[in-house]
Amino acid sequence: MAGQVQAGADAIRMHADDHVATALRDLKAGETISFTFAGERFQVAMSEDVAFGHKVAIVDIPEGTHVKKYGETIGRATTDIAVGRHVHVHNIEGIRGRGDQAGKGASA
Amino acid sequence: MTTSTATIMGYERPNGDIGIRNHLLIIPTVICSNQVCSRIAQLVPDAVAIPHQHGCSQIGSDKDRTFDVLAGTGKNPNVGAVLIVSLGCEVVDPVALAEEIKKTGKPVEWFDIQSVGGSVKAIQHGADIARRLKSQLDAEKKVPVPLSKLKVGVKCGGSDATSGLASNPALGGAADALIAHGGGIVIGETTEIIGAEHVLAERCATPETKEKLYEIVDRFEKEVERMGADMRGGNPSPGNIAGGLSTIEEKSLGCISKCGTAPIRGVIEYAEDIPEGGLYFMDSPGNDIECVSGMAAGGAHIVCFTTGRGTPTGSAVVPVIKITGNRRMFERMSDNMDVDVSGMLTGEISLEEAGDAIWKEIVEVADGKLTKAEILGHQEFSINRIGPSL
Repeated sequence: MAGQVQAGADAIRMHADDHVATALRDLKAGETISFTFAGERFQVAMSEDVAFGHKVAIVDIPEGTHVKKYGETIGRATTDIAVGRHVHVHNIEGIRGRGDQAGKGASA
Repeated sequence: MTTSTATIMGYERPNGDIGIRNHLLIIPTVICSNQVCSRIAQLVPDAVAIPHQHGCSQIGSDKDRTFDVLAGTGKNPNVGAVLIVSLGCEVVDPVALAEEIKKTGKPVEWFDIQSVGGSVKAIQHGADIARRLKSQLDAEKKVPVPLSKLKVGVKCGGSDATSGLASNPALGGAADALIAHGGGIVIGETTEIIGAEHVLAERCATPETKEKLYEIVDRFEKEVERMGADMRGGNPSPGNIAGGLSTIEEKSLGCISKCGTAPIRGVIEYAEDIPEGGLYFMDSPGNDIECVSGMAAGGAHIVCFTTGRGTPTGSAVVPVIKITGNRRMFERMSDNMDVDVSGMLTGEISLEEAGDAIWKEIVEVADGKLTKAEILGHQEFSINRIGPSL
């Protein structure tokens, strides 16, 4: 778990390996958000709206990347995701519990 | 902070258990007895019935599971006395059920509707027995009992991103506090450790427990494969996804922090007796009511339940403490929520302060404070099934 959230932070990043941060308010395209991690201040220019609780890419994420949150893999990028974009079901997929891909050699 | 010699006011059970409530429980052995049980419960103040869909046309381990959940719920230390109502021709044996619950030393009675002569007579007969049991219970007094005997289930449901960021890690702090006092914690939801099992496995106390943990996750995942479906949409659910959770892995990684940091001493079966002291994993579905009912049948006194989307879930025999890290939902659904830790996400409170707030609530509820779910009369009960209806 990351340290305490700073009052006024726009997002929270949980781990040094993370590709994403989670929005702590409704973030709007065009604004620059800021948050602190491990004592360092980060800024990200938002290229689309990201609702409270949803994730924003804090680095460029190439297609196929195992996307990290909490320092662990939460899924795989199904397309290139640029920094500042919304990261969700439209551009990452689960690797586990994929009965739809069973027998297709798609297990991780 | 209290010390390990701390006490709460509770009921001393004949077998040495402590109870924090003193329910009169009306158990239908089978769906056919539900209506009679519900009517009896309406006629006797504070009696609680647990209507369910099962008890007949079941075989093997599926039948045993129904029996175990009914027996476990009757044996739960928050239950002071039990009335079992049978139809008379079902698969679940009311005599065996009564004998199993009687092992705790509490009063247990049973009858069947066919012998008594139909619903009207059964309701009258049952109400007479229930009133007698109720007056016995009312004569029992609370006494100081050791807090170290307390067992608490930790569960999350209706999760959103705030669950993994705030309410679950805060609940983990409270779980560590209970274990430090000698108490027991049980975590379940095998489906919701998929993608995070390697983290929990590293915390297993023995290689056998570690192996068992991997084995039960593998079994659930193979079941999903057999159904040929992507878990996503079922779990995470549409509400989880709307709340920002993208995959089962993300949900799982947010889930596991709610059990704190203690070593996992063992993996137990659904509805199996929860050992005293330390952390255990119960092999159970993520489904809220089935999981909470399994923990109650295992002997949990309280279930702590985190939610971001908001859910009213209660239990027939166990106080359910509702905790959220989502301030907007807390404001919308405050009549269902007990503890708000959303200040963690605005910088107003620390993780430690949030954990302390939950711990304080656990002790107060153990001491008799009613949860919102109890005040509202939420008495959900559901049995996880593993076989077909015949």
